[in-house]
Amino acid sequence: MGEESRDRIARRAARELKDGMVVNLGIGIPTRVADFIPEGVQVVFHAENGILGAGPTPEPGKEDGFLCNAGGYPVTIVEGASYCDSAIAFAMIRRGGIDMTVLGALEVSGRGDLANWIVPGKRAAGIGGAMELAQKAKKVVVLMNHVNRDGQSKIRKECELPLTARECVDLIITDMAVMEVTGEGLVLREVMAPYTVEEVVRYTEAELQIPDTVAYIGGDAP
Amino acid sequence: MNKIGTLEEALNRITDGCTLMYGGFGGIGNPPSLIDGIFEKGVKNLTLIGNDTAFPWIGIGRLVTAGRVRKVITSHIGSNPYAGQQMEEGSLEVEFYPQGTLAEKIRAGGVGLGGILVDVGIGTMIEEGKETVVVDGRKYLVEPALTAEVAIVHARKADPFGNLVFDKTGRNFNPLVAMAGQYTIAEADEIVPLGELDPENVVTPGIFVDRVIPGKGVNWEWVWEKKAATASRGAQPGS
Repeated sequence: MGEESRDRIARRAARELKDGMVVNLGIGIPTRVADFIPEGVQVVFHAENGILGAGPTPEPGKEDGFLCNAGGYPVTIVEGASYCDSAIAFAMIRRGGIDMTVLGALEVSGRGDLANWIVPGKRAAGIGGAMELAQKAKKVVVLMNHVNRDGQSKIRKECELPLTARECVDLIITDMAVMEVTGEGLVLREVMAPYTVEEVVRYTEAELQIPDTVAYIGGDAP
Repeated sequence: MNKIGTLEEALNRITDGCTLMYGGFGGIGNPPSLIDGIFEKGVKNLTLIGNDTAFPWIGIGRLVTAGRVRKVITSHIGSNPYAGQQMEEGSLEVEFYPQGTLAEKIRAGGVGLGGILVDVGIGTMIEEGKETVVVDGRKYLVEPALTAEVAIVHARKADPFGNLVFDKTGRNFNPLVAMAGQYTIAEADEIVPLGELDPENVVTPGIFVDRVIPGKGVNWEWVWEKKAATASRGAQPGS
């Protein structure tokens, strides 16, 4: 995925941030969401390695090896921040303190099942905090490519990979579209230019409902 | 009571085949001098218990990279490609837990409980083969407590009784691991006289610590300092 595409996805995800939310951002594109916080919105960033109140990246030369995010990269803290141990960091997640989490994914099903921790026999990065976040955050936003390297849809009828959590995803934002998981199924909300509704449908294996109005991002309706 | 000792004394406790629990998250809060000592001593066939396998050249990651580890009980190995490689080859056994579950299993071991009841991972591979119970109509996995023969932790400051204060995000698993060792060794950047630590600010009370040794500080390049080098290209510890 190109830099521009990543930023567009991150910018779109940032629009889900609402004033006063406690938010945990996963590694990769999700981390970039912090660069696009809408004007007038204040959120509290939770980092599962033990920060409530994480702030922006420090200026070059001001990094502290003992003040990093869960990806191992230097951060700062904001006023009112606190540090905690890992049990407490996950207590905050498990008891429902996280309003929204933004995660990457390998596959998502139309019902909102999430797979993002292991490709058996190929790649086992591990679970990290993904299971707690996916299962316990009030809102789960997934950012990913619409298709994998082989051109296959990552939005599946059923996930083939081992799951991180069942029926947990609320919103999927890809390089092609924004889709909402609802009680009535997966609904297309927005299409990213230059793609068309037809292309999004073609590259979505899960059943996708097309409402009367679909917004276009980054261009006019083709 | 003075628990201050030398690295050599501490290393006598860490022998081939032992179960070693360690604090740290992506290398941050791994005890550098103790790990150096274990590496130099040539200890092998270790069973490790800790959050992640760090990066190949950082902290606990070095022991994994060098093939000194037989088994690791952890939540994440993605930032150390050697761990994944050894797992595929079959030379490293990896037991994965969700990070919060792992933290609580260790904490349970440390506070004298038999285990925890947790619903994270129900309906996934994590549930397979595990005992479940229903409490108040809700289903939970029974996750037994974890302890270890030796626990190693990193502290910003320690006093001779073993009271510990940690360093920002270097705290992570360290206070939990400190409680769960049958023998706990704390490596401190600074050792201060009794009475100098504010009792209100002590995070780990000294009762959990058996030995305090002076540390020489971090002796590796952090991943963000080594950007262009062999970093793990996006795979990171944590979520």
